[in-house]
Amino acid sequence: MTAKNELTKSLMASIWFMFLTFPIMVIRVNTVTDTIEWRWQNMFAVGFGAFFLSMLWRYLIRKKEMSGKKDSQSRKSPIYQVIRDQKFALPGLAAIAVFTILFPHIFSMYQTNIMISALIYVMLGLGLNIVIGLAGLLDLGYVAFFAVGAYSYALLNLHYGITFWIALPLGGLLGAVAGIILGYPVLRLRGDYLAIVTLGFGEIIRLVMENWNEFSFGPSGIANIPKPGFFGMELSLHATTIYIFYTIVALVIFTIFVINRLENSRIGRAWIALKDDEIACQAMGIDKARTKLRAFALGATWAGMGGVVFAAKTTFINPASFTIWESVIILCTVVLGGMGSIPGVICGAMLLILLPEYLRDFGEFRMITFGSVLVLMMVFRPGGMIENVRKTYQFKK
Amino acid sequence: MDLEYFFQLFLGGLTRGSIYALIALGYTMVYGIIQLINFAHGEIYMIGAFTGLIVSSVLTMVGMPIPAVVILAAMAAIIYSCSYGYTMEKIAYKPLRKAPRLSALISAIGMSLFLQNYVLLAQTSDFLPFPSLIPDFDFWEPYAHIITSPELVIIMTTVVVMILLTFLIKFTKIGKAMRATSQDKMMAALLGINVDKVISVTFIVGSATAAIGGILIASHIGQINFYMGFIAGIKAFVAAVLGGIGSIPGAVLGALVLGWTESFFAGYISSDYEDVFAFLFLVLILIFRPSGILGRSETQKV
Amino acid sequence: MKPILEVKNMTMDFGGLRAIDSLDITINQGEIIALIGPNGAGKTTFFNCITGIYTPTSGDIHISPPHGEPQRINGLKPNVITKKGLARTFQNIRLFTSMTVLENVMIGCHAVTKAGVLGAIFRGPATKAEESRIVEKSYSILEKMGLARYVNDLAVNLPYGAQRRLEIARAMATDPFLLLLDEPAAGMNPQETRALDELILRLRDREGVAILLIEHDMKLVMSLSEKIYVVDYGKKIGEGTPEEIRNNPAVIKAYLGEEIDA
Ligand SMILES: Nc1ncnc2c1ncn2[C@@H]1O[C@H](COP(=O)(O)OP(=O)(O)O)[C@@H](O)[C@H]1O
Ligand SMILES: [Mg+2]
Repeated sequence: MTAKNELTKSLMASIWFMFLTFPIMVIRVNTVTDTIEWRWQNMFAVGFGAFFLSMLWRYLIRKKEMSGKKDSQSRKSPIYQVIRDQKFALPGLAAIAVFTILFPHIFSMYQTNIMISALIYVMLGLGLNIVIGLAGLLDLGYVAFFAVGAYSYALLNLHYGITFWIALPLGGLLGAVAGIILGYPVLRLRGDYLAIVTLGFGEIIRLVMENWNEFSFGPSGIANIPKPGFFGMELSLHATTIYIFYTIVALVIFTIFVINRLENSRIGRAWIALKDDEIACQAMGIDKARTKLRAFALGATWAGMGGVVFAAKTTFINPASFTIWESVIILCTVVLGGMGSIPGVICGAMLLILLPEYLRDFGEFRMITFGSVLVLMMVFRPGGMIENVRKTYQFKK
Repeated sequence: MDLEYFFQLFLGGLTRGSIYALIALGYTMVYGIIQLINFAHGEIYMIGAFTGLIVSSVLTMVGMPIPAVVILAAMAAIIYSCSYGYTMEKIAYKPLRKAPRLSALISAIGMSLFLQNYVLLAQTSDFLPFPSLIPDFDFWEPYAHIITSPELVIIMTTVVVMILLTFLIKFTKIGKAMRATSQDKMMAALLGINVDKVISVTFIVGSATAAIGGILIASHIGQINFYMGFIAGIKAFVAAVLGGIGSIPGAVLGALVLGWTESFFAGYISSDYEDVFAFLFLVLILIFRPSGILGRSETQKV
Repeated sequence: MKPILEVKNMTMDFGGLRAIDSLDITINQGEIIALIGPNGAGKTTFFNCITGIYTPTSGDIHISPPHGEPQRINGLKPNVITKKGLARTFQNIRLFTSMTVLENVMIGCHAVTKAGVLGAIFRGPATKAEESRIVEKSYSILEKMGLARYVNDLAVNLPYGAQRRLEIARAMATDPFLLLLDEPAAGMNPQETRALDELILRLRDREGVAILLIEHDMKLVMSLSEKIYVVDYGKKIGEGTPEEIRNNPAVIKAYLGEEIDA
């Protein structure tokens, strides 16, 4: 009986989705030649897919409703057990270290460049993780700080000849300042308004960069940004790529180190308290405004530095690199990986940036996949791939 | 001052504001009921426009007379937008009713991204020309230099939709249930109101007005693409917040104020920063009067 | 006796609704005071006003901490008021759900510690010492509250009664001189309530905090409190010792039908 029931439900879903997607998936009108293209095969694909996916959907929803309680602490995800287990952790880390050191020498320059991009995203994800994952502030304008970093380096270099290594901390600092400037006026806003306002800020910065030609050279952007020099030496293109690779690896390690320390400190706990319950957090003596500003500033710092590296890597920037969708991709890496979880965010960023690069055909499905990932993760696994596990303490009796 | 120019800007702003109002209604109604900013609402409006274009093109090609094409295309657009709105709620929001607000918001962003790219992949990333469904009426000829017939139709349609909606909410049973649910979901459920149904109806009604807005603007501007919902959605959201989110008259008022401000700003000052201006406006309202023009300021109950 | 909290003529309006109507309440050092009244009487609102979550429409709130200057605290932010030594629990439990039990209490220590961003990153000797002090202190509070066996569990996974006690533990970590408890026995079974009775007395006697208690469990209220204030529709309709309140006609009328001496 239940089986029949299930089949009927799936059949209904299948018919419903065939109806729903009919005009957009099946018909394509060519208004120039005045012809209609009927793509019936799409209808069958949708019907077939919906039939099975709806079954899977209902199964997963039931499973979720049954498990109910929050139990990440007691039932740690296997990945976490491996990470925390000293037996695996050391050899694992060593293997990763060796792989990383050898990477640019084993793989082509093309691969190394892709890896550099992915690592920049890891840094951005980790930075945004402070704001969203720890402090629970949905910042949809995060890419603005990335732009601040990139433009700082490009413009400071253009006008004053400032080099990469000076621009790097400066980019971080300017990012932090921008974070505070953005954070200050939005302190009083509720979570969902915050999302829209930060989105607005991000777009304002991009639109200003696009329109203010005298300052930012408009849509044509800034070219010939120098790559980092090595103690004043000019390196070959190949050597520079390797050099940038190691630089970003070092920066990522630095980021992990700092964020890990922050997370389990008085500051980090205040962020999580703020995320969990703003009122109770204040009632515990935590200054809400200051805590939020800290999160904005410390989150934006990494975006600023990431921006400097990005500008140095691509040697060319224009506003098109800093659209709202960039913010959404970074958000996606954090959500997929696991909000608040450092290993999670690293895996999330690697997966989301590398996968589309290697599955070329997959490229055009990139954004639609990101959209699905956001919805599905929220519905089925809000903690992400690798859920954050809080630190435990041992006491002697 | 050139009075005619002023008047043109005024009516241009009114037309713009009417469109914003049609979209803003969906935001404000959904927010009123489940306190969610439905990021994907702009996409519903875009899907309405696409469905309208596809259906009207097909019908025109098979040689149907224009008035029939217009009516059928509009109906198809509304039906499809409603169906998408309904399905979206079931998939992306219903399972998250008890989840933290951040989760539902992220899900909404995902939905928006999904729908945009779904249309992009299934149709095209290019701009498509949209036929002008509303003809220039002959009898209106003498006044057409002040306000064109399509603009007139847009404004009239908005007025009619507003009246119908007010009627729906004030006097029908489902309208009462909607008001009850927006005040206290739990209490409404205890009193025997089917909250799930109310939420579905809210999404459907909001989607219908968005679809109407979608076809009207598409035929007015003459082209559409998959991205049209994003910026329009944001602006309608600004309008809803400006008026006081959750308040229906507020959404209309906010939309008109935004439409006029934009129109005058572009007409007298500069059109370069038009979009920056809308965002700036939003940021300023939220900072200085987060409850909007007609919204009540609320202290959170503890 | 020295008054540590004096509320004079306080009124709180929500739009047209007067939730608190010129209320006067005084608490002396080391006292256990109860605030009772029917649902919707304005008791929680009173807490929210003195802890800075709402700003009262009019009136004065003065505190005189045992080791500090007397001062007026109207309109101060909640975190500032907590730092001055007023701590509270919430009627509808508001624990930090994604943190462990120990961390919930550690958050309470926030107000009385000071490590900053740089301290957190470099983790110098001062920060390390402070951090281990927080851990020790939090653990010892948990022990006193009988919550030690839950240290590393997520706060949400605790049984209901333990969650209520954790709220008290968390509040105690802020080193208050006055503890405000909003219906701490709500949802507890009789044994748990009895244990709570002892716990509250112990807090007063050993830790030296004064306690202002909102509670519907009359047995608990009558056995614990030295003085009871009764409010209805935001107005004070009676005050006195448990004995006086039991025999106060206005109070009996307000509670019409509800048993007061159960
Ligand atoms: N933030 C608020 N906005 C509007 N009315 C409120 C708010 N908080 C409390 N009230 C109202 O104030 C009155 C007192 O509520 P409360 O203090 O919670 O009562 P009690 O705790 O005594 O049961 C109630 O009528 C309640 O609805
Ligand atoms: Mg109460």
